[in-house]
Amino acid sequence: MGTEARLSREVSQRTAFAFLALATVITLTPVLFIIIYTIINGASALNWEFLTHFPSQAGKAGGIFPAIVGTFYLMLGTLIFALPIGVLAAIYLTEYAKDNWLTRLINTAIMNLAGVPSIVFGLFGLGVFVLTFHFGLSLLAASLTLASQALAMVVTTSREAILAVPKEYREGSLAIGATKWQTVGHIVLPQALPGIITGVVLAISRAAGETAPILIVGAAFFLPGLPQSPFDQFMALPYHLYTVSAHVPGMPRSTMWGIALVLLAVVLSFDVLAAVIRIKARQRK
Amino acid sequence: MVAASDTEESLKRRLRLGERFIEGWIFLAGLLAIVVLLGIVAILLKEGLPAFGYTPPWEFLFGTKWYPVSEPPTFGILPFFVSTLMITLLATAVAVPIGVGCAAYLAEVAPSKVRETVKPIIELLAGIPSVMMGFIGLMLLSPLVQSIFHLNTGFCGLTASIMLSLMSLPIIVSVSEDALHAVPNEFKEAAYALGATQWETIRHVCIPAALSGITAAIMLGLGRAIGETMTVLMVAGGALAVPVSPVEPMTPMTAAIASGIGNAVRGGLQYQALFAIGLILFIMTLAVNLVAERVLERQKRKFAG
Repeated sequence: MGTEARLSREVSQRTAFAFLALATVITLTPVLFIIIYTIINGASALNWEFLTHFPSQAGKAGGIFPAIVGTFYLMLGTLIFALPIGVLAAIYLTEYAKDNWLTRLINTAIMNLAGVPSIVFGLFGLGVFVLTFHFGLSLLAASLTLASQALAMVVTTSREAILAVPKEYREGSLAIGATKWQTVGHIVLPQALPGIITGVVLAISRAAGETAPILIVGAAFFLPGLPQSPFDQFMALPYHLYTVSAHVPGMPRSTMWGIALVLLAVVLSFDVLAAVIRIKARQRK
Repeated sequence: MVAASDTEESLKRRLRLGERFIEGWIFLAGLLAIVVLLGIVAILLKEGLPAFGYTPPWEFLFGTKWYPVSEPPTFGILPFFVSTLMITLLATAVAVPIGVGCAAYLAEVAPSKVRETVKPIIELLAGIPSVMMGFIGLMLLSPLVQSIFHLNTGFCGLTASIMLSLMSLPIIVSVSEDALHAVPNEFKEAAYALGATQWETIRHVCIPAALSGITAAIMLGLGRAIGETMTVLMVAGGALAVPVSPVEPMTPMTAAIASGIGNAVRGGLQYQALFAIGLILFIMTLAVNLVAERVLERQKRKFAG
C-alpha cells in the first residue's frame, strides 16, 4: 500500500474525529451556557424577600413564595402516589410475573406511557381526575396527573435496580425458610434501595419542571393565599415562569431570570442528588 | 404439644393470608400501567370522537380554518398538523447528525475520562424543564433569529426547531451510544485485522451494525419533539395559517391544545375538537414509539445469539 494512500486515510480519520468531537462540543455547549447564563442573570434578583414574599403587581414586584410552596406540594404529591405504586409494580414485574402475554403487555404499556406527550397527560388528568372524579382544578388532581406521568420512569428504574440484586441473595433467603414476600421485603428491596431512590428522585425532579399538564389541571397565576387543602388550586414555579415571560408585558428581566434560576436550582439539585446517591451506592459495593 | 402446633399452624395461616394480601396489591400495581394507558385512550375517545360528528374526519384533518368561536365555528387542523411536521422534522434533521456524531465520539473515540465527564452533563440537559427551554428561546434565541433572517418576529418555526433539537439530543445520544456499545468487539477486531483504520471501522462496521439501535434513537427523539408543548407554545409564534416556510409564526398541535383548552367550555365543540387533536397526537407518538420498540427488540436479538 502506497504511503500517499495511507496518509490520505489518516487525514480522513483525523477530519472525521474532529467532526465527532465538534458534535460533542455542540451537544455540551448549550446546557453549560444555559446554566451559567441563568445564574449570572438571575442571581441579582435573588434575595430573602424574593423567596419569602407573595408577588404583587402581576408578578412584577414582591416574591415567588407561593409558587415555590406549590411546586414543593406537587413534588410531595407525586412522590406519595408514584413511589409505592411504581415500586410495587416493579416488584411484580421482576419477582412475580411469568413470561407471558400479560407481562409483555404491561412492559409495552410502560414503554409507551413514557412516550405519551405531557399535554396528553394533561387532557387525561382533566377528563379523569378533575371532571370524572370531581377533584376539580386542584393540587390533588395535579399530583395524580403528574404521578401517572412519573409512573413509567419509577417502574423502569426500580425494575433495573431490583434486577441488579444477585439471584444468590434470594436463594439464600428462601433456603432458610423465608417466604417469597419476606425475601422481597427483607433482602431484595434493601439491596435495591439506592437504585430505587435514584429513579424516584429523578422522576420527582421531572415533575417539578412539568408545565403543560398543570396548566390544564389547576395551576393558577395568582392566588391570595397558600393552598389550605389538596382540593385547592395552587401556584407553581414553571407555570409562573411561563406566564410572566409570555403573558405579562413590561416584566423586569431580572425578575424573570430570577424565577428561572430558582426553578433550575430546584430541578437540577434533585438531579445532582440522584447522581450522588448512585455514585455512593456504587462505591459501597 | 397440641396447643403449640396449633398456634404454629395458625401463625403460618396468618402469614400466608398476609402474603396473599400483599401479593394481590402487587399484582394490581403491576396492572396499573395498562389501566393508565387504557384510561388515556378511553378519555381521548370519549371526549374527542364526538368532534368528528360535527366536523367529518376528512374536513377536520385537512380543513385549513380553525375558527372555534365564529358562528358557526369551523375546526380544521391542517395548520397545526403542518406546523408540527415542519418543526419536528427540522428539529430531528438538526439533532440526528450532531447526536449520532456525539454518540460515536463517546462510544468509540473518547478516552474514558472524557466520557465519564460528558455523560452526566448530557443528562443535565435532559433534566432542564421544557418551560425553561421555551424561556431561553423567548429571551435569547428569537431576537437572534429575527436579526439574522431579517424577520418581523423571531417567534417562528425555526426558533422552535432549534430549541427542540437541543431537547431531543440527550435521548438520541444515549440510545445511539448504547447501540454502538452493544456491537460485539469481534466485529471491530475483524475490521482492524483487515487493516481498516479506526474511523473506517466506525463508519463501515460499527454504525451499520448499530443501525437499528440508532434508528430507534432517532424515532424516540422524533417522538419527544412531536409531544413537546411548552417550548413551541412559547416560541413558535401562534399564527393560525398553514405555514409555508419555517421562518413563519405557527402553531403546532400541542400548542393548539395548550392555548385553547383554558377558554374551551367543557363538553363544548371546541373542547371536543381539542381532545380530538390530543387523540391524533397520541396516535402519532404511539406509532413512533411502537416502531422504536420493535427496532430495539430486533437489535437486541441480533446480538444475543
